[in-house]
Amino acid sequence: MKKLYLLLLAFSLFIYACKKESNIQNAVSTFLGFQKPANFPQPVYKLENNKFTEAGFLLGRALFYEPRLSRDNTISCGSCHIQSSGFTQHGHDVSHGIDDRLGSRNSPPIMNLAWNKTFMWDGGIFDLDLQPISPITNPVEMDEKIENVLLKLKQMPKYVTMFNRAFGTDEITNARMMKALSQFMVLCVSANSKYDQVMRKEQGQVFTPDEQAGYTIFKERCGSCHREPLFTDGTFRNNGLAIGPNNDQGRSMATLHPEDEYKFKVPSLRNLGYTSPYMHDGRFLTLNGVLTHYAQEVQATPNLDPLMQQNGRLGIALIADDKLKLLTFLKTLDDKDFVTRKDLAEQ
Amino acid sequence: MKSIYKYAVVIFYLLTVISACSKKNDAQPVSANKATLSLQFDNIVGDRNLQLQTGTYKNASGEQFSIQLLQYFISNIKVKTKDGQEFIVPQEESYFLVKESDGASQFCKVKVPEGDYQTLTFTLGVDSLRNTMDITKRTGVLDPTGGMDNGMYWGWNSGYIFFKMEGTSEQAPVDPTGVRKFRFHIGGFGGYSAPTFNNIKTVTVDLSAAGIARVRGGRESNVHFLVDVMKMFNGKTNISIAANPQVMFSNYSVNVANNFSSMFYHDHTEN
Repeated sequence: MKKLYLLLLAFSLFIYACKKESNIQNAVSTFLGFQKPANFPQPVYKLENNKFTEAGFLLGRALFYEPRLSRDNTISCGSCHIQSSGFTQHGHDVSHGIDDRLGSRNSPPIMNLAWNKTFMWDGGIFDLDLQPISPITNPVEMDEKIENVLLKLKQMPKYVTMFNRAFGTDEITNARMMKALSQFMVLCVSANSKYDQVMRKEQGQVFTPDEQAGYTIFKERCGSCHREPLFTDGTFRNNGLAIGPNNDQGRSMATLHPEDEYKFKVPSLRNLGYTSPYMHDGRFLTLNGVLTHYAQEVQATPNLDPLMQQNGRLGIALIADDKLKLLTFLKTLDDKDFVTRKDLAEQ
Repeated sequence: MKSIYKYAVVIFYLLTVISACSKKNDAQPVSANKATLSLQFDNIVGDRNLQLQTGTYKNASGEQFSIQLLQYFISNIKVKTKDGQEFIVPQEESYFLVKESDGASQFCKVKVPEGDYQTLTFTLGVDSLRNTMDITKRTGVLDPTGGMDNGMYWGWNSGYIFFKMEGTSEQAPVDPTGVRKFRFHIGGFGGYSAPTFNNIKTVTVDLSAAGIARVRGGRESNVHFLVDVMKMFNGKTNISIAANPQVMFSNYSVNVANNFSSMFYHDHTEN
């Protein structure tokens, strides 16, 4: 009898093993490429210029988590864009790069980038395929030369194979590296929050009364800049933050227009629960701090947005109860699946 | 008889010389055939040849300086005959990065139909379209690898650097590395999502005074330019190293670009 049990156990282990393998194979064969969520608009990213393949995505992911992109092989893209923090650098007001050098701005999330018209807080970069050049070569981020990165990758058989699988030959070029990184980053789509499920009427999801009340307040007082469903309109605005000690002039650094001084890109509100601290310089540790800013602390600095000075007052009228309801609604924008998905994680 | 013989020799000699000349100058160009036209950019500083590191020069502001690095983009080459026949070099073959440190790079060679060209046009910089193209269309010297040293691309504010000159001067303030360095990184293609300044300069040169380019198969016509980088300092605005040791992506760069568009002097043509 004992023998029979052992035999059965062994047999079931065998079946389990088989099953596991066939699951992996299924996963491999079901790479879907870029899928536009039903409640999202058409993407801005030029998909026709980058053929998405599983091999391209896997290469992009490997490069995203590759510390050889930095001068001393210590910092990867994933160092400042951590998945569990919504692909931001949790706990850092400004980004923390090579040799413990500090940047001047808070790491923005790698999220829904296919819908971004511009990149960085000042919008200086207009094409996702050109974006990684900036952090790789920035002396306070990765401080490396692209030529050196390519040399390092060429010495690794792993990458020679991966570039071949992704692009058909062993050639490792800057353009291929950038295209692969874009494939990974474009597929970092966050569209599975409770908000999305409610909007798509999935599994009978509905807002609770408090969430619904918060949503109503949001649409009334926040939604014109943080436009649904991406929760940003992609514009540059001065939201009345007191000018910081480094006098960061934001958008005007890229355009040199005085009317762009102190304007920064409107950030998305998705995954706020994972991406503290907030604002371009990470000055607020909590969302409560952010709402208090809008309700009471807006400053009349140059180019203050007209929406921040309506009806003879600075900021947005919010009483304590409004704030609570807003915070309740904002929680529905957290996408647990996005920050835990294995396919976006370092392997 | 003897003198007739002498005359015959002289006439034969003259005929030979004339026919040799006419062979060189009057061989009818066949516009269906393409041949090489070379543009040589020979960098000088005022009255002297440019010598990296070792040469010292003085600008109109009375500042003595040495040049450590000089490189610029030449692109979008066009030629025109006396009769107004224009040929535009296909864009893919029309981007060159001229580096003072690399002699070969100072010859920009393009293929044009055989012909006698009187007017030459090129861009100092990179056209705005190429500044916004997909990365796979940016090969060779246009590969946007960025970087502070030799890079000709701004990573943080997408766009090519058209002209880069770095050097030292006693008049430059001490930089964080302890060196009295000046840096001119001039670019700006007009902006993508918001209009900004445009430092793309188109240079058109009439070759008739110093020699038109007779482009024929089997040989190389070389249009030799002297490029006087002193003109970058001395021009409509005299650029002072002490006052502006770093000119990069700023409105002031427009003054530098307005000066350097007059650097190109057609010295001669070797046909």
